[in-house]
Amino acid sequence: MDKVVKTLKEAIQLAGVKDGSRISFHHHLRNGDYVLNMVMDEIAGMGYKDISVNASSLFDCHLPLVDHIKNGVVTELITDYMSGGIGAQISEGILEKPVQFRTHGGRPADIIKGVTPIDVAFIAAPTADTMGNMTGKIGKSACGSMGYAYADAMCAKKVVVITDNLVPYPLPYPSIDETYADYVVSVDAIGNPAGIVSGTTKITRDPVGLVMAQTAAKVIQASGLLKDGFSFQTGAGGATLAAAQFLKEIMLKEGIKGSFGCGGITGYMVDMLNEGCFESLIDVQCFDLKAVESIRTNPKHTEVSAMRYASPDAKSAAVDSLDVVLLGATEIDTDFNVNVHTNSSGKIMGGSGGHSDTAAGAKLAMIIAPLSRARLPIVTDHVFCKSTPGSTIDVLVTQKGVAVNPARPELAAKLKDGGIHVVDIFELKEAAEKLCGQPKPLVKGDKVVADIIYRDGTLLDKIYNVR
Amino acid sequence: MNTLKKASCGTMESSDAYMELEPIEAGTQIELQSVVEHQFGDSIRALAAEMLKEEGVENVKLSIVDRGALECTLRARLETLIGRAREEAAHA
Repeated sequence: MDKVVKTLKEAIQLAGVKDGSRISFHHHLRNGDYVLNMVMDEIAGMGYKDISVNASSLFDCHLPLVDHIKNGVVTELITDYMSGGIGAQISEGILEKPVQFRTHGGRPADIIKGVTPIDVAFIAAPTADTMGNMTGKIGKSACGSMGYAYADAMCAKKVVVITDNLVPYPLPYPSIDETYADYVVSVDAIGNPAGIVSGTTKITRDPVGLVMAQTAAKVIQASGLLKDGFSFQTGAGGATLAAAQFLKEIMLKEGIKGSFGCGGITGYMVDMLNEGCFESLIDVQCFDLKAVESIRTNPKHTEVSAMRYASPDAKSAAVDSLDVVLLGATEIDTDFNVNVHTNSSGKIMGGSGGHSDTAAGAKLAMIIAPLSRARLPIVTDHVFCKSTPGSTIDVLVTQKGVAVNPARPELAAKLKDGGIHVVDIFELKEAAEKLCGQPKPLVKGDKVVADIIYRDGTLLDKIYNVR
Repeated sequence: MNTLKKASCGTMESSDAYMELEPIEAGTQIELQSVVEHQFGDSIRALAAEMLKEEGVENVKLSIVDRGALECTLRARLETLIGRAREEAAHA
């Protein structure tokens, strides 16, 4: 039996791609990924039309996809996140069908349930053997965890493994093993290493960001959750990372031994593991080289599938055991609904990722955001689009005080006892408007450009084009 | 009314604005590029027109690249810009 195929074109033919096929990609190579473009160019060259692309996220390195959409090669997009370059084009309405936005937990759940069945999964593998055992931990394009590719590998009708480090059988310790792989293709490069770790954000030095971060750490302390066994996830934003840094200081000073850190993992979380703040890291995606190095060498740094990370259909997922998650927002409304999909012009520049999964699972879901950004108040009457329901958000931390969801009076009482400046969310909105002026609301167009599908499969909101 | 020379002020940092003022033959032109055009474009143009009028500045082209500056910032930048344009003219 020989799974190694000479060319990508041959693999596409053997896997049976045809007009109307749904194909899938993972995003562990982030903004350095070559594989999606490589496959799409080949498919376009072979003359196929009406392809559905299910990619766990799309970055601006994938801008050539725009041409494939305009040429009718791609007629459906399913994703969890989309950077601003592609997002702006989608917001213009270049795609007839609305983009389907899911969450990092909802995507694998719907693949497994057969809501979004995949014909062919193209899996970028930093290292693979001749039978398709693969890992992201080694190779020149190492990305660490391959968590988002598991559901695709397990459920697609055909699986094509694309690697730039083909090794003899058997590869020890594969992430995803040969039982799922149909074909293996060797290429010169699956990605640009500089772009693979481009998502890393440095800790903020902005004084406003630092005030918010310090307040967030104090909120966690005052909530009563910061004790032995504590579990924690943070996004990779500058202020949330700074909050993790302050939290680490408190944990070390008070000798608190947490249980696990979760999520997309940065070097800052690796430091917390190594300094004894956590027993282990649960890692669905590595954000930087330090995280990649750690997952390769430290058995306490565990690679997990997107299902174990966040699936609402799993018997349990890591997010269900989370104490605290720190998240960002482009807007939050007075009902605590959060927008992470669109920018101040109403154009797509993001997506849920694991935002709403972790907010739903964590005991304390915190948003950190400044009162305003570039003259736009963060707190609004109604978010332009609802990415995460307000019922799952517990607090909003700003530089001018902390607003607690009115559904959590016991939490508000604890924070006040802990010396936190607790304010009404309406006060924050007024304070921002006093500073910025009253912005004219965006006018929605009449074409739906994206559906936001909540983790349970319900339609949470629609994104319209902008006039 | 003093004559004016071309002048500039401000930065392209977020929450600031960069502006240029230069004399033209006749009339007052205001050009605005703003990251908050949807929300504040009209009010920024109105503010600029009002301040030029108050200062008695005419026959100029004013270009503003706004990166989400607060109104107080825009006022301060405009005041400086007009002052510089007059200073340049005085030194010429």
